[in-house]
Amino acid sequence: MIANLGLAALWLAAALAALQLVAGALALGGRGQDFAGIVRPVAVIQGLLAAAAMIALVVLFCQTDLSVKLVASNSHSSKPLLYKFAGSWGNHEGSMLLWVTIMGLAGGFVALVERRLPERTMLATLAGQAFVSLGFYAFLLLASNPFERLDPVPVEGMGLNPLLQDPGLAFHPPTLYIGYVGLSIAFSFAIGALITREVGPAFARAMRPWVLGSWIFLTLGITAGSYWAYYELGWGGWWFWDPVENASLMPWLAATALLHSASVLASRNALRAWTVMLGVVAFSMSMVGTFLVRSGILTSVHAFAVDPTRGSFILALLAINIGAALVLFGLRAASVTEGEQFAVTSREGALVFNNVMLTGALGIVLVGTLYPLLAESMGQKVSVGPPYFNPATAMFVVPMLAVLAVGPLLRWRRDRLTRIRREVAVAAGLLLGGLAVMVIKGVPLLPMLGLALAGMLAVASLLPLRGRKLRTVKLPLWGMVAAHFGVAVALFGMACDSAFTVERLVAARVGDKVAVGPWQLTLKSIQPIAGPNWTALEAGIEASYQGAAPDLLKPQARQFWTPYQSTNESALDTRWNGQLYVVLGEQAGDGRWQLRLWWKPFVPLIWYGGILIALGGVLALLGRVVSDLRRIIARDKIAWRRERQGR
Amino acid sequence: MKRLLIPLLLLASAAPAQDKLPPAPYAYTQLADPAQEGKAQALMLTLRCLQCQGQSIADSDAPIAGDMRNQVRLRIAAGEEPEAIRGWLIERYGDYVSYKPALTSLTWPLFAAPVLLLLLAFALLRRRFGGKGA
Repeated sequence: MIANLGLAALWLAAALAALQLVAGALALGGRGQDFAGIVRPVAVIQGLLAAAAMIALVVLFCQTDLSVKLVASNSHSSKPLLYKFAGSWGNHEGSMLLWVTIMGLAGGFVALVERRLPERTMLATLAGQAFVSLGFYAFLLLASNPFERLDPVPVEGMGLNPLLQDPGLAFHPPTLYIGYVGLSIAFSFAIGALITREVGPAFARAMRPWVLGSWIFLTLGITAGSYWAYYELGWGGWWFWDPVENASLMPWLAATALLHSASVLASRNALRAWTVMLGVVAFSMSMVGTFLVRSGILTSVHAFAVDPTRGSFILALLAINIGAALVLFGLRAASVTEGEQFAVTSREGALVFNNVMLTGALGIVLVGTLYPLLAESMGQKVSVGPPYFNPATAMFVVPMLAVLAVGPLLRWRRDRLTRIRREVAVAAGLLLGGLAVMVIKGVPLLPMLGLALAGMLAVASLLPLRGRKLRTVKLPLWGMVAAHFGVAVALFGMACDSAFTVERLVAARVGDKVAVGPWQLTLKSIQPIAGPNWTALEAGIEASYQGAAPDLLKPQARQFWTPYQSTNESALDTRWNGQLYVVLGEQAGDGRWQLRLWWKPFVPLIWYGGILIALGGVLALLGRVVSDLRRIIARDKIAWRRERQGR
Repeated sequence: MKRLLIPLLLLASAAPAQDKLPPAPYAYTQLADPAQEGKAQALMLTLRCLQCQGQSIADSDAPIAGDMRNQVRLRIAAGEEPEAIRGWLIERYGDYVSYKPALTSLTWPLFAAPVLLLLLAFALLRRRFGGKGA
């Protein structure tokens, strides 16, 4: 019953998306002004119907309705409710339904609130959004129906991958998806502005909150995913340049560039064509990411070739959307001028440098991620990993971070470095001093650059606040300072982890003492315990930092039943200056227990930095929304006064 | 094709047996000399676990990763150079095992990409600011 309702809602939503597209196109063509009025309401209802379908799926999962194929193959009656709930998007069909839901709701929201743009541009934007949505509705309904039924109904479900049964990971996919799909709005705005040739500050201001919002969610999603990999996989690694990770990094890089160029367009009416192009690229990267993760191509190109239905479908969507956008861009490029001019040494100049370098890094990640797939389809398997990505991205990121130290201090349009020579001297001094210390200490090249840049940036990012009254500093400026400071913090954590981590692998009996870095550990006990759908061995380990009172750590080696799989639950002891990471391994033949221990100085700063960056985004977004609201209220007041005077 | 088959066969024949055997001596044990262990660790981070998806052998619980760690540590202890060990593993398992792609007729675009991107970035900046000076 609920499954049928969900499916019906999905079909209706798809039909409304088609209506939205046709009505928008007709109204734009000037033939049916009557149609113009229905586009906005249709967009809202379309979003609500998609949400209704998603809610139906969540209910089916929470009830463990095994007559639905998707529930039977991904859930289990004994699973904790949280994971039944989160399991509804922890699979292909559910995640694609979540995708169209977010897309529909975001489109509906834009239709409801955005009134700053010319109505024709809005119509074109909403038609563009409907065009993109329609493709994904077709994909869901024709190639991955989440509400497919089973007959006969199985007695029990197959369960969810134990690695995914973790509170952090339950909310990781929705966070990333909001980021991915939010960029579709930026894409549609770009399309709308191209169609009506209205690329200007108003377009940038309308697009900016969506880019900021998506970027905040992407930042949080990547940060959370990295922390999940760190504590759940049990080896202390936090970034693997795995294609799945790269799939989320690429839209983030594009969105970061877009964010900066949109702010140039909004305040200076410059970089018009470039901003539109980035708007197209950012969502294209979201779709590339989805294709990589959802087509099965990553497991093996051959698996993809055996069952290419889904992969080809997404690939076709990708080609149609990106192709259409690029053709449109090509047709309009001549009429979209670059806008206001500016000198090299100016805020705009620094931001152009930031954009070009970010795009370069994006290019590296894209090539490094896709090339192995291409090579495999030609019959050769190659791997591209950290030894390629680290230096190749550093070539672009290091110069960018160096410019980041002074860019925010420059004035718009034209400036001289001599005006800010003191700040430049401070930054350069910190950088060179840091490098000198690292060279003496013998730190390897990349961590050395990372540490020196982090030290410089931590100070330089605060310089824009110098000489201002802190109470009158506007929210967006606070946001910028917080985000740039966050970059320094995260970079410091990354560099410290790769330069100063201490590893200790030992076999220990109960009662044995082990040292790792400044820590002294004692294995006190090993006990069996049971959870809702697993059993485990739990170690009791007393850990003392430089002779202080010990903390009790309890790492577990878990064994899940459905599906049968073992995982390591690491135990972490966090101090201000780092984290102790303890994993319980297997029992060796002689009765001793394998322990894996790491002392990772300042490693939590990686994720604190990520949160700071996201917080910077939130402050900037709040600042923009507040000033928009003020403007609207002021406008309404004037209108109201005029009306009163007129009477 | 043959190069692909051999590691697969090796995997197929070795994996079930390894599950029962205790892990190799240096799978979960470090080398006594910190300098040698550092070398081994750096190398292990750039070798791919053939059983799991997208993890290095330094980040994996898979039996084959343990076996490879054992091999790497033993050979480092015997004084072999890391790149020689990488070469030996590539000979055995194919290019796939190394995260550090070698420059070959197949992989040259990977190395051309950064150069091209840098040139492109330079050209873009030149065009944008060309002629005006700093």
